[in-house]
Amino acid sequence: MLKPIRFVPRNAKLPIIRSRLLAFVLSTILVIGSLVAVATIGLNFGIDFKGGILMEVRTSAPANIAQMRADLGGLGLGEVSLQEFGDEHEVLIRIQRQEGDEAAQIKATDAVRAALGEGVEYRRTEFVGPTVGQELIEAGALAVGLALLSILLYVWFRFEWQFGVGAIVALAHDIVSTLGLFAVIQHEFNLATVAAVLTIAGYSINDTVVIYDRVRENLRKYKKMPLADLFELSVNETLSRTTLTSGTTLLALVAIYLFGGAVLADFALAMIWGIVIGTYSSVFIAVPLLLYTGLRRGEDEPSEDVAVPEYERAEREG
Amino acid sequence: MLQFPTWKIALVVLVCLLGVVYAAPNAFERNAFGDVPTGVPGRQINLGLDLQGGSYLLLEVDSKVVVQERLEAIVESARRELRDAKIGYLGLGVHAGVARFQVREAGDLDTARDLARKLEPGTEVATEGNWVTVALSEATVTEITRNAVQQSIEIVRRRVDETGTREPLIQRQGDDRILIQLPGVDDPQRIKALIGQTAKLTFQLVDLNASVDDARQGRVPPGSKLLPSADDQGPPFYVVKRRVMVSGENLVDSQPTFQDNQPVVSFRFDAVGGRRFGQATTENVGKPFAIVLDDKVISAPVIREPILGGTGIISGSFSVQQAQDLALLLRAGALPAPLTVLEERSVGPGLGADSIAAGKIASIVGLLLVIGFMVVAYGLFGIFANLALLLNIGLILGALSALQATLTLPGIAGIVLTIGMAVDANVLVFERVREELDNGRSPINALDAGYRRAFTTIVDSNLTTLFAAVFLFALGSGPVKGFAVTLGIGILTSMFTAVMVTRLIVALWARRARPATLPI
Repeated sequence: MLKPIRFVPRNAKLPIIRSRLLAFVLSTILVIGSLVAVATIGLNFGIDFKGGILMEVRTSAPANIAQMRADLGGLGLGEVSLQEFGDEHEVLIRIQRQEGDEAAQIKATDAVRAALGEGVEYRRTEFVGPTVGQELIEAGALAVGLALLSILLYVWFRFEWQFGVGAIVALAHDIVSTLGLFAVIQHEFNLATVAAVLTIAGYSINDTVVIYDRVRENLRKYKKMPLADLFELSVNETLSRTTLTSGTTLLALVAIYLFGGAVLADFALAMIWGIVIGTYSSVFIAVPLLLYTGLRRGEDEPSEDVAVPEYERAEREG
Repeated sequence: MLQFPTWKIALVVLVCLLGVVYAAPNAFERNAFGDVPTGVPGRQINLGLDLQGGSYLLLEVDSKVVVQERLEAIVESARRELRDAKIGYLGLGVHAGVARFQVREAGDLDTARDLARKLEPGTEVATEGNWVTVALSEATVTEITRNAVQQSIEIVRRRVDETGTREPLIQRQGDDRILIQLPGVDDPQRIKALIGQTAKLTFQLVDLNASVDDARQGRVPPGSKLLPSADDQGPPFYVVKRRVMVSGENLVDSQPTFQDNQPVVSFRFDAVGGRRFGQATTENVGKPFAIVLDDKVISAPVIREPILGGTGIISGSFSVQQAQDLALLLRAGALPAPLTVLEERSVGPGLGADSIAAGKIASIVGLLLVIGFMVVAYGLFGIFANLALLLNIGLILGALSALQATLTLPGIAGIVLTIGMAVDANVLVFERVREELDNGRSPINALDAGYRRAFTTIVDSNLTTLFAAVFLFALGSGPVKGFAVTLGIGILTSMFTAVMVTRLIVALWARRARPATLPI
């Protein structure tokens, strides 16, 4: 018979809630640092958002990027950036949006094709005009905003408003620090990154809700236990699940990062960061924050979804 | 826990079978089954343009042009009506989105206003001082725009069809946009060139009384206009009469052909066009007329004899390709307004195939890692969870095939991510079972309690992730939508497999093995 391994020992008693001040300090530094990075360095917006032309080309011999840069630089197309993409045969060319109408954009791509000559495969061409870029920014921001709002409302509806506040603060922490990461490493911030941010939000809230569920259950079970101890217990009880699920998700993401191709690599990177930071914030931020939201013990409130007593009764009867 | 009603077992088996049946066609080579109606098993997953290669174009109809044209038409009829009514006027023209004029005599104002009201339905007439303004009502503008977009879609479809593109998707998006998807087209330059022209063809007489030099200095006689030549050889400008003899609307056919070894375009008019052309050429033998395409003169041949047969030839210095394209454009008809490309994304077939291959490898590696991890963590129960995981992937593929949702590259990432997250529900249950065992419950009791107590947590946590997926779907575009689809479907199927399938497997196993201890 296979012998299962427990990655987190039973009755783990890690001092998580007790270390909350340390976590708060770390997270405050992280969030402020991220905001500063976004404000000063800024995000490296892809053409999805700022408009322009992107071409992915594949050369038969290893690409001579210096030569290509010289060839394309002489075309007078404004800012042209080249980047090795995936392997040494592939180059990503980004060209700023051309002044004038659509014809000017076609002319620019034609000029690039003429300059690169024969023997180059055009694997991908993208052009985004300024109108669409602006709309994509708005739609992306709206999607993130509405998702956060709906999560807040759902958590409020299922728990108490204090839980909603804790969850949203943790989520904002995850999103801001992901933006900060992208500002610092200057990887392209595009539509796929927005999708990653939203998925991080979804994943992180998933983690938070699981722990909150346990907090709620323990609040009913241990009426006299001090809140800090009760939170400590809840976090530790769910620690095994938290780490295991993050572990499997990270395994899948590492597979995408390593084998999913260059297009998905940045997406996977954002997600990996998000899973790590999201797991951290669920445990170290979302739960300890409840201590400061004035959460009342629900003993004198008649609660309709008291699953535990009902179940115990059913068990006794069965 | 052990009591699984028969209908529930039947339901689980049925759903799983359906998933497998719908997913199965994807194991065969593409298009192995031809066209199968929606909903019937046999359809394969619809691959997005980023995976199969192709072009995506988002166009905007410049409806301002159509509105402007309508206003200019109002100005022309106002000119006629005012003249007929013998009302003196000044400053007649289109200004800041309205047609307007000033009456010379204040006493004419009321008459002029009533006259302006009768010019065209759907307008709003106002007076201010001696000015009369005619504005298009909002409803009229909306309708003009809608018609222009509808007509543009029709014309674009005809032009794209003429190029022989397989299964193009052309649809309206928003108020004034057209979305075009061209599978298999990785270089849309020719199509862009084709839809980038309005292709308004007119035949107009050349104004022989005007001098081109004068006109270039701004002295264009009324009723004529200065037009550039489309041809590098010959004169660079022509002064042509504004009156249109015949326009491209009356063309019924047009073909590329050769005349004196030069590529030319032949055309045929309908009855009305033929009659008008015949009449105009009869009256103007010996004079040159201009063939004008999108306000450029292609050529200006001299009429040697009346052309009564309703057919003719357009010659210019065309290449064979240009003659073909012009004939195609004339056949397909003119666009009511110019189109602007707002967004273009093209993927070559090489990249698409590479992406699929990379996606497959990533999925398989991710799957193997997760499967191995689950076995190490939960032993036999890990194997149960893995069975459900495989089934879950089958269900996702089945759902994608049945719904004919589009699988994109980010969509594949969504599937791989779901693989990682799908086991979460099982992890929740198994961890709960472990706790219940640690609390001293019997194996069966622990399983029972584990499933019951984990259930609300599973629903809560998955629903919140589902919210994120829904917003991604509603507000995302293109590939991101594809990601939202697989993520959303994956959440639903993984809840089903965890809550129903693994539970059924565990129940069947426990009923048979009657375990004294749980290997979890």
